[in-house]
Amino acid sequence: MSNRPITEDDLHAYVDQLLEPERRAEVAAYLEAHPEVARRVSVFSDQRELLRSALAPIADEPLPPELNLSRIIESRKMRPSRIWWAVAAMLLLSVGSLGGWVARGSMQVSPSGLAALAQEATDSFNVYAPDRVRPVEVRASDGAQLVQWLSNRLHQPIKAPDLTTAGYRLMGGRLIATSHGPAAMFMYDDDRGDRLVVLTRPMAVDQNAPMTPQSKGEVSGFVWADGGMGYSLVGQSAVESLRPIANEVRKQARTI
Amino acid sequence: MNDMLLQVEPLIPALRRYARALLRNPASADDLVQDCLERAVSRWDQRREGNTRSWLFTILHNLAVNQFRQAAARGRHVTIDETNEADFGQDAVQEQKLMYRDVLNKLAKLPEDQRAVLLLVAVEDLSYADAAKVLNIPIGTVMSRLSRARERLQQEIEGTTDDPSKNVVKLRSLK
Repeated sequence: MSNRPITEDDLHAYVDQLLEPERRAEVAAYLEAHPEVARRVSVFSDQRELLRSALAPIADEPLPPELNLSRIIESRKMRPSRIWWAVAAMLLLSVGSLGGWVARGSMQVSPSGLAALAQEATDSFNVYAPDRVRPVEVRASDGAQLVQWLSNRLHQPIKAPDLTTAGYRLMGGRLIATSHGPAAMFMYDDDRGDRLVVLTRPMAVDQNAPMTPQSKGEVSGFVWADGGMGYSLVGQSAVESLRPIANEVRKQARTI
Repeated sequence: MNDMLLQVEPLIPALRRYARALLRNPASADDLVQDCLERAVSRWDQRREGNTRSWLFTILHNLAVNQFRQAAARGRHVTIDETNEADFGQDAVQEQKLMYRDVLNKLAKLPEDQRAVLLLVAVEDLSYADAAKVLNIPIGTVMSRLSRARERLQQEIEGTTDDPSKNVVKLRSLK
């Protein structure tokens, strides 16, 4: 037996079964003589066993096709090399800039109708939803004031949709500047910190349009128009999970 | 290529387990593992001689850390409570399932760096030196985090943490 003192690290290594047999025996002897420490060590061992058993089923699950390694290797082989992509991109860029120069002026079409509204909602989400300090200008606690002010600015009666049944509560709202005039934005969040944005404004183009899914980057949702007002609901959830919420917004807007 | 398949494929279930225990969301955990495998395939020839297992865990862990950072920067919560019963312990009996879920919920309360050490060492069987490599920290830090993680988890299990929100609940339930 060595005379090396037993350390905390030894105790953990004992729990993790990482000690050489000789040292293990020394720790075991120490624990026999020190029941208080032995209790702590056995608590840690139990904890380790519990964690291992709790997580073991995950490793037993069949692998989904995305995690099939042969497939991942295969799809890499089929991909053209990066250099060729770079060459192709350069060619496209030069053609693009030449074409762009020739066509300048005539090509400056900004989106209108639903496409513009969808873009405005996505932009608003990207700018305001990550804001921790002041995501909204007027809080929901001043809801009546907010709705009155937005209705005045839009020259339209506006109502903040109530999405509590879907698990989202109104945080508040703000006025948004768009190239098609002022728009009203309402923001919602749920208990997990997921946020939603509803944007609405009067429409010159697409005064009535069916509900259409939209998606750009990580932001997706729906856009539609009813009786001259356009609406867009966007968030970071899967687009289909937002559909019932969009339906609810549409239903409530029709009763204004 | 064949060599890679032989060495990497058997480790995929463990990578999945680590990712899911860290992220608590099965879908984003699998996305992370997929990302990790794609990187592993493309960098196979650049890996240094040594342990394929700790090399893969290093890639995966770095991806997870990036994801945590992005989530923090976006001001969104990392999904922690989205597990449902079906996610863990499919075949276990009900009582055991509850116990498992309970310990995983408690594990989720640990700071991310303590959780990572505990999972790598106690569940994934990495040596202390390999865990230090994966986490890019000195081995002494591995030991101190491991010790803190075990103490903290035990406090959670015994319900002796000084969590003010818990006291509030207790006071309310007395009414």
